[in-house]
Amino acid sequence: MTSSDSLQDGAPQGGAPQGDAPLIEIAGLSKRFGSFTAVDKVSFTVARGEVLGFLGPNGAGKSTTMRMLSGFMTPTSGTARICGHDVQTDAVAARRSLGYLPEGAPCYPEMTVLGFLHFVAAVRGFSGAEVERRVDHALDLATLRGVRLQPIETLSKGFKRRVGLAQALLHNPPVLILDEPTDGLDPNQKHEVRTLISGMAAEKAIVISTHILEEVEAVCTRAVVIASGRVVADETPAALAKRHPSGRLEEAFRQITRPENRGAENIGLETMGAA
Amino acid sequence: MRNTLLVARRELGGYFATPVAVVFIVIFLALQGVLTFNLGAFFERNQADLQPFFNFLPWVFLLLVPAITMRLWAEERRLGTIELLLTLPLTRGQAVAGKFLAAWAFCAIALALTFPFVITVNVLGSPDNGVIASGYVGGLLVAGAFLAVGSAVSAATKNQVIAFVLGVAVCFVFAAASYPLVTDFLSRNAPELATIARRISVAERYQGFVRGVVGLRDLIFFASFIGFWLFLTTVIVDHRKAD
Repeated sequence: MTSSDSLQDGAPQGGAPQGDAPLIEIAGLSKRFGSFTAVDKVSFTVARGEVLGFLGPNGAGKSTTMRMLSGFMTPTSGTARICGHDVQTDAVAARRSLGYLPEGAPCYPEMTVLGFLHFVAAVRGFSGAEVERRVDHALDLATLRGVRLQPIETLSKGFKRRVGLAQALLHNPPVLILDEPTDGLDPNQKHEVRTLISGMAAEKAIVISTHILEEVEAVCTRAVVIASGRVVADETPAALAKRHPSGRLEEAFRQITRPENRGAENIGLETMGAA
Repeated sequence: MRNTLLVARRELGGYFATPVAVVFIVIFLALQGVLTFNLGAFFERNQADLQPFFNFLPWVFLLLVPAITMRLWAEERRLGTIELLLTLPLTRGQAVAGKFLAAWAFCAIALALTFPFVITVNVLGSPDNGVIASGYVGGLLVAGAFLAVGSAVSAATKNQVIAFVLGVAVCFVFAAASYPLVTDFLSRNAPELATIARRISVAERYQGFVRGVVGLRDLIFFASFIGFWLFLTTVIVDHRKAD
C-alpha cells in the first residue's frame, strides 16, 4: 500500500474548487418510496481532509443517501453537489470528480480484473500509456496484481471488494464515496484498506459507510449517525463516544439508534446544533 | 462517441466471454439453414436468388433478437452493475447507444456468417448480387429495429423472462402489422388504422430491400424507428435505474 501522491491531479477533474469550499455538499436531501420516507432532509458538508464515517442500523438510509450523492438515484427533494457540480443537473462533471464504490461492489463477472480496470480507465478519459500507468497503480493500491488475469466471477468476496475499490481509486478523484469498503475482507485486508484510506485522507473528501465501529475510531475524523432516514448525530468519533457514560462508541451508537431512545436524541441533536 | 464505442466494445466482449454468442450463432445459422433449404424449397425453386432465405430472416430475428436484448439492461440491474455503469462519467444516451451498438454488431456478425448461402447460390447459378446485398442491408435494419424495441423492454424490467416474452410480443406487432391477417381486420373495423399499420410495419419496409430497392424513405423509417425506441430506452433507464 503506497500513497497516491505520484498521481495527484492527473485525472480530468472538471475544475474542482480550491480553498475551503467543501467538496461534498448535501442540502435537505430526501427520498420517499411511496409513503415510506427512506431519507428525510439530510444535510451535511464534507471538506478536503475529512473522512466521514456514515453510520446507522440496516435500513436507516445510508446506501440510499450515498446513491443520491453519486447521482444514481434521483432525490425526491434537496440537492447534492460534488466539487461544486450538482449531481443531477451537472451530472457528468460531478461523476468525473467522484470515485464511487456501490453497495456490494458490483463488477462485470465475465471480465478479467485487468480488462475491467482498462474499461474503467478508458471511460474515465485516459488513453495510451496513461491507461497502463493508472491500471498498474490501482492494481498495486488494492493489491490485486496476483489475480489480474482472472475473471472477476472466480474471485473470492474479499478480492471482488478490492476490485471495486481499485475501480473507485483509479482516477485519483478528489471525492471518494465508499459503501462498506471493508465488508467481506479478512482482518489483514481490513487493516490495509484502512491504512490506504488514512494515507489518502489529507487530499480528499471521503465518505465511508460501515458497521464496524472500531473502523470509525481508526480512520474517521467525523461520525454521522443516521436512523430512520434522519441525521441523529454529527460529531467527532471521540465526542460521540462520550455521549454514553461508558465512553464506548458502540454503547453510544446503540443508545442513539435504538427506536425507543430516538425521541430523546432529537432533543439532543438540537442542543448540539446550537453549540 | 468515444464513450459509446467503449461501452459497445465491453458489451460485445461480454457476449463472447460467455456461451451466449456461440449458442445464438449456431441456432441462428441452423434455423436459417433448415428454413431456407427445407421449408423454403431453395433447390426445388430452381432460381438463382436468396428469396427464401430473406423471407424467413425477419421471423428468425423476431424469435432470437429478444433473446439478446432481454439481458441488455435486465442483467445489469440484476448484477447491480447498472449502478457502476451509470456513475461513470458517461451520459445515459452514451450508455444506451453503446449497448445497442454492441448487440447490433453481434447481429451483424451472425448475419455475416450466413455467407455460405451466398457462395452456394453463386456456385449454382448467377444471381443478382446487388439484390442479395440490399437484402442483407434490410436484414440488418430489421435486426436493429427489433433490438431497439427489445432494449426498451429490457430497461423496463429486472426479469429476463418478462423482457424476452414482451420483446417478442412487441416486435411481432411491428412485424405482422402489414400482413393480411391484421390489415384485413383493421380495414373492416377501423380503416384509418389499416393505413397506419402498413406504414409502421417493419416487414413491409423490409420487402423493398428484399426486392433490391434501397429507398431513402425506408432508410429514414428505420433510422427514426431505432432512434425513437432508443430514446424511449434512455427515458426508461433514467426513470427506473434505481428501482
